[in-house]
Amino acid sequence: MDAQVLTYIFVGLSFSLYIGIAIWSRSASTQEFYVAGGHVHPVANGAATAADWMSAASFLSMAGIIAFEGADGARYLMGWTGGYVLLALLLAPYLRKFAKFTVPDFVGDRYYSSTARLVAVVCVIFISFTYVAGQMRGVGVVFSRFLEVDINSGVVIGMAIVFFYAVLGGMKGITYTQVAQYCVLIFAYMVPAIYISIALTNNPFPMFGLGSEMIEGGYLLEKLDGLSAELGMTAFTSGTKSTIDMFFITAALMAGTAGLPHVIVRFFTVPSVKDARISAGYALIFIALLYTTAPAVAAFARINLIDHIDGMNYAQAPDWFTKWEDSGLIAWFDKNDDGVVQYRGGSAMKPTAPSFIDSEGGSGQRAVSNMPTKNENELYIDRDIIVLAHPEIAQLPNWVIALVAAGGLAAALSTAAGLLLVISTAVSHDLMKKTFRPNITERQELFYARVAAAVAIGIAGLFGIYPPGFVAQVVAFAFGLAAASFFPVILLGIFSKRMNKEAAIAGMITGLTFTFCYIAYFKFVSPETNNAMHWWFGISPEGIGTLGMLMNFAVSAVVMRLTPPPPAEIQQLVANIRVPGRASNLN
Amino acid sequence: MSDQENAYWRANIRLMLSLLFVWFVVSFGCGILFLDFLNQFQLFGFKLGFWFSQQGSIFVFVCLIFIYTWRMNHLDKVFGVEESDNESPQTGAADSIDGES
Repeated sequence: MDAQVLTYIFVGLSFSLYIGIAIWSRSASTQEFYVAGGHVHPVANGAATAADWMSAASFLSMAGIIAFEGADGARYLMGWTGGYVLLALLLAPYLRKFAKFTVPDFVGDRYYSSTARLVAVVCVIFISFTYVAGQMRGVGVVFSRFLEVDINSGVVIGMAIVFFYAVLGGMKGITYTQVAQYCVLIFAYMVPAIYISIALTNNPFPMFGLGSEMIEGGYLLEKLDGLSAELGMTAFTSGTKSTIDMFFITAALMAGTAGLPHVIVRFFTVPSVKDARISAGYALIFIALLYTTAPAVAAFARINLIDHIDGMNYAQAPDWFTKWEDSGLIAWFDKNDDGVVQYRGGSAMKPTAPSFIDSEGGSGQRAVSNMPTKNENELYIDRDIIVLAHPEIAQLPNWVIALVAAGGLAAALSTAAGLLLVISTAVSHDLMKKTFRPNITERQELFYARVAAAVAIGIAGLFGIYPPGFVAQVVAFAFGLAAASFFPVILLGIFSKRMNKEAAIAGMITGLTFTFCYIAYFKFVSPETNNAMHWWFGISPEGIGTLGMLMNFAVSAVVMRLTPPPPAEIQQLVANIRVPGRASNLN
Repeated sequence: MSDQENAYWRANIRLMLSLLFVWFVVSFGCGILFLDFLNQFQLFGFKLGFWFSQQGSIFVFVCLIFIYTWRMNHLDKVFGVEESDNESPQTGAADSIDGES
């Protein structure tokens, strides 16, 4: 059967599965809507957390980034997994003991302040929308390439599915669909990786295949480094980023991961403190399966790209090559007019991304208006297509190609749903119930939650249809802000009894303002100076959240010593969340 | 907090700091700061530093969380601060729905 029909079948089947689960797990109370009633088994919560966490960025983009950047890609691999150690050891068990619904709940109660709660709500909404915008682009890319519908209809279909299970099912619906989505996405990621690993190294475990000898002899990584050197590319096993920048980016991603509200809230859904601890472990196992495979996929993809593309006559280009060219994500600039594709190091044209014009080059390729660069490279490949294109490049069977499309959609939809729920909870619970209309009944609160979820889905859909040009730039914001605001405030709230309202607000405002201004300056105000020459201490905007976090810690430490300690009942609250067996209603 | 609970908390902090030390060494240490030094050694087809930064640290992270869980559950028992099965911690949350906090 042809790949497109199979893709329709696989995507259709997975979507009906999600809808089926949604109908089976409707939420009847706010507690079910916010935290799935607190009855989620730790393994199920681990799988749901993994799907919640692994977004279109992890599934589609990460291996592509590593394929092009090599060793520098480690900042994502370590940053996005190391954060779980912080989460498991420093936050999750205590927040579970606290037993409320949201991150602003904790901030508001622990710091006995509705100002602190409001700052937290604003951060939650900003971070979550930033993130959702990226997921919707992922949905659009998969739909437009594999189902050949236009991006807009793709986004609308995706919205409809999420609407169905998030609005009906709340956290309960989302949790069980995420478990299903995890299974779909990990299967979709592993199957092509295993195929290709066997083809190249005869090792059925792709994470170990990366370190194995190739079938034709010699270690895979050594061969890849040799090939890269021949073609003038940076070796796969070495990077170009400075050590201090790698250090700060990795730290910001770790602390940001531990402070992201849609991840934290998953630990409110398990029955006990013990379950919260082990659940973080299961989550990381499920995540590690994909993350240790990603560098293998990246290396295999670079080898296959070089093997199949470099020296290829454009007239004999395979189907996938011209299809991606039609989508505008591959461009070929025949610098020497020989009709043969030269794939080398460096970017092929200026500016790097192609702008196509309505005419054809000498060999029938899509012509671009960019200027050629001086190097020999003639090829532009968008990093986001590596995972999607790789099965076709490696000539795997059609059903594998269809499976990858379904997996990409599962990754994007599961993360989008988790984020939308956090937004709707922030509105109905933290804004309406806790701040503006404390007298609403549970039924009304549930109604507000559903309306907020529906509105949030609408806005997310608009981001997908009219993608703001700054999506890629603002992702740095989400992690930087989470690292500079939530992580220190929650950490100190648990580990310091002396930590008070004044210190928390001063710390959050310092961390947020500094991080926000630094990123905004280099991304929007003065993007032409965004290079190591102008960065403070050589730290890029991606890593500046770490410095913001350190400032937050420093300001909090000083302010808490100059202001009165928190009231006795707050110190009691802290004592309670530290000890699992202590009755929670002592105050 | 009672003396028992203070002792439990101190044991918890000790465990946590030692695990975080390992966490720091494998990721920031082996994967970033000593990357170039470790890259002169070889582990199967990997340069050692490269392996730590791309895979090794992740395997250690998983182990750390399971060791933490195992040791903490043990500490809970030793200091007698386990959650009792009949007390549902969610009652605190359920109460707050009715406006109590």
